[in-house]
Amino acid sequence: VIYRETGIFHAGYREDMRIFPLSLDRAGMALLLVALFVGVPLVASEYWLKGLLIPVLCYSLAALGLNLLTGYTGLLSLGHSALMAVGAYAAVIAYGRYGLSMLVAFALAGTMAAGVGFLVGVPSLRIKGFYLAVSTLAVQFIIEWVMTHVSWISGGVHATINVPPLRLLGMELDTAVEKYELCLVVVVGMTLFAKNLVRTKIGRAWMAIRDRDVAAEIMGISLFKYKLMAFMVSSFYAGVAGALLAFAFYQAANIEEFTLASSIRILGMVLIGGLGSILGSFLGAAFVVLLPILIANGLHVAAGLSGGLVRTDVVANMELVVFGGLILFFLIVEPLGLARLWKTFKDYLRLWPFPY
Amino acid sequence: MPDLLFAIELTISGLLNGVMYALVALGFVLIYKASGVFNFAQGAMTLFAALALVGILARVGLGLAIVFAIGVMVAFAFAMERVVLRPLVGRPPLSIFMATIGVSFVLEGVAQSIWGAEPKGLNLGISARPIEIGGVYIGRVELYSAAAAAALVAALIWFFQRTTIGLGLRAVSDDHEAALSVGISLRRVWAITWTIAGLVAVAAGIAWGTRLGVHFAVVLIAFKALPVIIIGGIESIPGAILAGLVVGATENLAEGFIGPAVGGGVKDFFPYLIALLFLLVRPYGLFGREIIERV
Repeated sequence: VIYRETGIFHAGYREDMRIFPLSLDRAGMALLLVALFVGVPLVASEYWLKGLLIPVLCYSLAALGLNLLTGYTGLLSLGHSALMAVGAYAAVIAYGRYGLSMLVAFALAGTMAAGVGFLVGVPSLRIKGFYLAVSTLAVQFIIEWVMTHVSWISGGVHATINVPPLRLLGMELDTAVEKYELCLVVVVGMTLFAKNLVRTKIGRAWMAIRDRDVAAEIMGISLFKYKLMAFMVSSFYAGVAGALLAFAFYQAANIEEFTLASSIRILGMVLIGGLGSILGSFLGAAFVVLLPILIANGLHVAAGLSGGLVRTDVVANMELVVFGGLILFFLIVEPLGLARLWKTFKDYLRLWPFPY
Repeated sequence: MPDLLFAIELTISGLLNGVMYALVALGFVLIYKASGVFNFAQGAMTLFAALALVGILARVGLGLAIVFAIGVMVAFAFAMERVVLRPLVGRPPLSIFMATIGVSFVLEGVAQSIWGAEPKGLNLGISARPIEIGGVYIGRVELYSAAAAAALVAALIWFFQRTTIGLGLRAVSDDHEAALSVGISLRRVWAITWTIAGLVAVAAGIAWGTRLGVHFAVVLIAFKALPVIIIGGIESIPGAILAGLVVGATENLAEGFIGPAVGGGVKDFFPYLIALLFLLVRPYGLFGREIIERV
C-alpha cells in the first residue's frame, strides 16, 4: 500500500519519461548510491572490497555490455572476455608503457575494444544464431593467440604486464577504498548511460531487431547500422570493464583471466541475471562472482559438522554443477532471470499487506 | 625431397586427426538434423562417456565396459529429454542452445566428481608401433579408429535414409508441428536422437581416449568440431566428414609450415580462420541447405 503508483500524476512529458517515475523509487536509488559511495567504504573490510565488491563491479560492467548485445539486440557472443582482454591490454600498455593519463587509458581501452567489436560484428550481418556464436568463438581463439604470440602486446612469455601504481588527476589511488570508488564512479556513470541508451531510438531499434529482425528491417530499421552499433557499444563496455579489472583487481593484464571459460561465465551472468535487463546484469554478476565463495563456505560448514575436510577439487566440481544447473533452472523456469524475481517481489509489495 | 615427404606425412596424420574431428562433429550434426538444436554439450558428453568407460574398465572386461558406457549415455539421453528438452518445447533455438551450455557444465562437474579429474590412460591393447608405407609412418590407433568411424558413418547414413525411425527424425527436423500432426512422437524422436549422439560420444571417447588419455582436454575437442560443422554445413553428414578431413589436414600443414615462423600454436585457431572465411562467403557451408527467410 505504501509502494504504489496510485495518486501520482504526471503533469508533463518530462515527469512521465523519468527513469524512476515513483518518488519512492528515486529515494531508494539515492539511498542506495549514498550507501555505496559513503556507507560501504566506512564499514567494509579490505577483504570485502578487494575480494568481492571490486570484481562484482567490474564483471557487472562486462555483463551489462553483453546484455546490451544479447539481451537487447538478440545477438549471442561467446568471445566477450577476449574483448575485455583487448581493453585490459590497451589500457595497461597506454598507462604503464607510454605513461598516458588514466582517463586516456580508459577511453583508449573502450575505443580499441569497440574497434575490434566492429570487426566481430561484420559477419553478424549475414549470419545469426549459433553461426554467429561460432564466429565470436573464432574471435576468442584468434585474440587469445595474438595476445600470447605478439610480444609487443604481451611483453614476454607469460603474456602478463604489471600495472604501475595508479594515479588519477594528481591523486594516488593505492588503497582498496580508492580503487573501489574508482570502479563505482565508472560503473555508475556507464550504467546511467546504458539505461538511457535503451530508452532512445537506438535501444528501441535494437529490441525490434531482437524480436524479429526481418520484420524490423521491413519497418525501415537499418540492420547494418544497428547491429554494428550494438556490437561496438557492447565491446566498448567490455573494454572498459577489462581495463577496470586490470587496474583495480589484478593489477596486471593477463590473458589467463580472459579465456573462453570466462566468456561463458559472463554469458551465464546475463542468463541468470535476466536477459534484457540492466538490473539483471548486476544481480547476475554478483550472484556468479559470489557463488564459488558461497559453495566453498557451505561445504566447509558441512564438513565441519561431520568432522571431515573439504578437498578443493570437490569444490571446483560442485561449482560447475551448480553453475550449469542454475543456467538450466533459469532458462527453463524463469527465462527473465533474477531481475524478474525482483519485479515479482515489487508487484507483491504494491498490495502488501492485503491479499488483493 | 624432404619437404614433400614432410608435407605428405603431415597431411596423412592430419587426415587421420580429421577423422576424429569428423566423429565429434557427427554428434553435433545428428542432433541438429533431428531436432534443430545446436548441442554445445557434445564435448562434455564425450568426456562423460570416456570417463564412464575408463571408470568401469578397472573391474570388468572391455566388451562389458563399452556396454556400460552405452547404457550410461542412453540413461543420460532419456534424462536430457525429460528434464531439459521437454520443458523447452517451442522456445527459440537460442534458448535451447544456451541450455546445452548449462548441461555441459553439469556433465563436466558430475563426471569429474564421480571419476576424478586426474588424467587416465585407456589401453585397448593396440600396438603403439606405427605401420610404415613407403617411408611414411601411420599410427595403428588412428587407422583403427578411422575404420571404426567409417563403419559408424555408414550405419548412420543407412539408419537415416532407410529406416522408418530415421524418416521420422528427418521429418521432425523439417518442422516440429507438421511431424507431430502426422503422429510422430516428438519425445521418442528426441530420446532416440540423443541416444545416437551418446553412442557417437562413446565412439569418439574411445578413439580420443586411446590416443591422448582421458581427461578434461577431451571437452576441448568439441571446439575443434565447431569449425568443422560450419565448413561442412550444419545438416550434412557427408559435409561433416569431408570438412573434418579438410580441417585436420590443413591445420597440420599450417602448423608444420607456418607455425615455426610465427611461434607455434597456429593449430589452435587455424580451423576457425577457415570457418570465418566460410561464414563470410558461404554461410551455409559446403553441403548445407540455404535457408530463405520469410516473415
